[in-house]
Amino acid sequence: MRKFLILARKRPITIIALVVLAVMLVLTILGPFATPFDPYNIEAKSRLQPPNTKHWFGTDNFGRDTLSRIMVGTRLTLGTSFCILILIASFGIAIGSISGYYRPAGAVLMRIVDAAMAFPSMLIALFLASIMGPGFKTVLVAVTVVYTPRLARLVHGITLTIATNTYVSAAKAVGVGEFRTLTRYVILNSLSPIIVQCSFQLAQIILILAILDFLGVGFTPDLPSWGNMIAISRIYLTRAPWLLIFPGVAISLAVISINIVGDTLRDALDPHAQEHLF
Amino acid sequence: MTTYIARRFLLMIPIMLMVGIICFLLIHLIPGNPAELMLGAEADEAVIAALTKKMGYDQPLYIQFFKWLKMVLRFDFGVSIYSHQPVISLMAHRAEASIFIACGATILFSFFGIFVGIISAIKRNSWLDQVSMTVSLTLASAPSFWIGLNLMLVLATILNWLPASGYPGVIETGNISNLRYLILPILTIAIPSTGLIARLTRSFFIDILSMEYITTARAKGLKESVVLIKHALRNALIPVVAVIGSYFAEIVSLSVIIETVFNVPGIGRLVVESILQRDYPTLQALLMFIAGLYVVVNFLCDIIYAVLDPRIQYD
Amino acid sequence: MPLLEVRNLKIYFDTEDGVVRAVDGVTFTIDPERTLGVVGESGCGKSVTAKAILGLVKSPPGRIESGEILFHRDGSIIDLVKLNPKGEEMRRIRGNEIAMIFQEPMTSLNPVYTIGNQIMEAIILHQRLSKKEAKKKAIEVLASVGIPSPEQRVDEYPHQLSGGMRQRAMIAMALSCHPSLLIADEPTTALDVTIQAQVQDLMNDLRTEFKAAIMFITHDLGVIAHMADDVIIMYLGRIVESAPVGKLFDNPKHPYTIGLLNSIPSFTVSRKKRLVPIEGIVPDSVGAPRGCGFEPRCPQAKEICKSQIPELKAITTEHLAACWLYH
Repeated sequence: MRKFLILARKRPITIIALVVLAVMLVLTILGPFATPFDPYNIEAKSRLQPPNTKHWFGTDNFGRDTLSRIMVGTRLTLGTSFCILILIASFGIAIGSISGYYRPAGAVLMRIVDAAMAFPSMLIALFLASIMGPGFKTVLVAVTVVYTPRLARLVHGITLTIATNTYVSAAKAVGVGEFRTLTRYVILNSLSPIIVQCSFQLAQIILILAILDFLGVGFTPDLPSWGNMIAISRIYLTRAPWLLIFPGVAISLAVISINIVGDTLRDALDPHAQEHLF
Repeated sequence: MTTYIARRFLLMIPIMLMVGIICFLLIHLIPGNPAELMLGAEADEAVIAALTKKMGYDQPLYIQFFKWLKMVLRFDFGVSIYSHQPVISLMAHRAEASIFIACGATILFSFFGIFVGIISAIKRNSWLDQVSMTVSLTLASAPSFWIGLNLMLVLATILNWLPASGYPGVIETGNISNLRYLILPILTIAIPSTGLIARLTRSFFIDILSMEYITTARAKGLKESVVLIKHALRNALIPVVAVIGSYFAEIVSLSVIIETVFNVPGIGRLVVESILQRDYPTLQALLMFIAGLYVVVNFLCDIIYAVLDPRIQYD
Repeated sequence: MPLLEVRNLKIYFDTEDGVVRAVDGVTFTIDPERTLGVVGESGCGKSVTAKAILGLVKSPPGRIESGEILFHRDGSIIDLVKLNPKGEEMRRIRGNEIAMIFQEPMTSLNPVYTIGNQIMEAIILHQRLSKKEAKKKAIEVLASVGIPSPEQRVDEYPHQLSGGMRQRAMIAMALSCHPSLLIADEPTTALDVTIQAQVQDLMNDLRTEFKAAIMFITHDLGVIAHMADDVIIMYLGRIVESAPVGKLFDNPKHPYTIGLLNSIPSFTVSRKKRLVPIEGIVPDSVGAPRGCGFEPRCPQAKEICKSQIPELKAITTEHLAACWLYH
């Protein structure tokens, strides 16, 4: 952690990225309370206004303030992404470490993981989402299912290396119980590369959420998630290009910032890691 | 070398078999009668029963599997529930656009990505390096469909240089200039991919440059260009090819979205359509096709490795 | 007439933690067809000195602060420090008149090209032979380093050879253009002990056969006894002792040398006598030194050692030491 801060201080771009993320975090927590206008208020007379002094990002086809909608969308998109990340991390670490620690279970589980990873992630998400219909629950399940195998495989690999380390054998020889060995010795020591991978994973989650929204199988269309906003903007592309630009910039900013911070995190925690940008 | 290629080729058979089994099982893994899933819960009971009988879903799984296997080996994937056309002709019709887009994009981003990556690696930490890497990261981070829409807005709608959507096809119409409909989709896929490949190539190349055999090559008095191109590049390309190979899956995902954005009648959009329309026979066939493509791409990559790295064959 | 004269060479590295004085005023001479052994622990600057001769020091972060490296060839003298490391002049010397081999033969040879290809590169470049002629020469030089069936080996890849053979191939590659100086940076350290002896014998034979001088860098005094005619001992970027090999072993002057000799296990000495290690570890070489670098670990340190750096001065005509014990 310390090393991260030292490295970060030397890189101005990382600091900018951290600031951006901090702002987004604040917006996520504050939700609709911080917006200048009511993001859901339909006001026909203010339809499709380009960016002006009153509405900094313009208004949409229902007269809703784009800036407010983006701010609320932060909570939707980022907040959901974060929840999904936690789910993926929990399942991934559990499956991966058990696979690495108990070889026979590992052999079976990893075959399933390999098979799952043979299919493009987006297709699996699309498939699951189409069965369940759009909505928050669908999004949670679909994206978690898609990305857990990858993390599980990473954790499996790390666990294999660590589990064969002598200090684990030493712990067992002294009589430390199985569960305790697993959690305190194995999992705790594999955290660094896992954290790095999770940071890049968060960026991927945001992107795939946007894609699902865009295809209509993500959040319900009434919600102002960033992906939904881009989907709507398509109809008014020429008349109101600001509806396309701003949500896209929001997504891009979030993803870039996460990637930058992730880079620095990786240099601090796990310099030997290979970038997993996809 | 030939034994290596033969071995790899033969390996494709059991892999495809496994893929086939998974694709076949896919519909049956979801709880519920496949026919009911396809028609929706509100459909008429009699219609569901008729479909179940027609598709053979009431028969035991292993019988279904063998019937399906027989059909597949004859390249007969059944009939689409939605359009009532034979699936195989549906796919053949759509394949043209997707293959052009995928190949075009791959050539573009491989070339530019590797080029930018190498230059950045050689001029490490210079302003050129920092700028190109920041730009690469930005391009790789932005959502692809958003880039596509922006390109469409600027190049097609505002400047009117290129058509905004659709694709009338080249093979059927015989009109080569129709390829210009594919320029925007190709660019949309190529741009973020270039960013990614540039960053990865730079990283690999820098690793190679710190290897001792590079110092040895310099110590022999070789020109720096020879050191970089003969000694460094070939070694650096090995992991890059690996990345591009596994990136194929990502391209498939991307074309699904991009074909939707630009309304191109390709395999990708067919996937979306068949998922949303619950056209499972078509979906099965598509998954087989995509997975099969993936296996073939991996095979081609294996051959490229063997050419680049003589150590591989002796494993 | 010396072959190579290094005069007061200083090589500094600019790092985040400060300026590291890797080589801090080093002066020595290599005579034709003789072997100079360069001994020191990791970080004492021996590899950097060697690399500087061929302009292979990475710059940035390294830079040659001052000094000269005078190379005598065909009657003229050229200062290698003044040459552009990427220039044609330096490239003509590399591999041709001065060659270098490194420690790890597996990583020093490019894994994707045959060893024949890699040997022929230098031959074609420097001797302007055709590919066919170059291949013949490559086979010849592989034979002269004792590689059996060289006509087959020449088309093989590095991973197909054992460690000892790979190192022989590297030596073949270095000697293929008949350089007058061969710089060997720990060439046998990574090899099995029995192979080490073989390769060292080979290098001694080749030195007479190819009429080359050798600069042999190692941390192992045992190897020096086997290989070197003259020895310099380096510590923290400076030479602390310089002598012909016999005199160094019979009558070591500098406490560091004495410490090194005492820590070599020996067959002849009684088993009851314990090995005496040198206390402490090599300190970081950041910042300007005050006083003798070895002082913190020196069992014979005096007050003056803390504040003033001893110069390398002659005790007898051939035996020099940098120590306040002798001034």
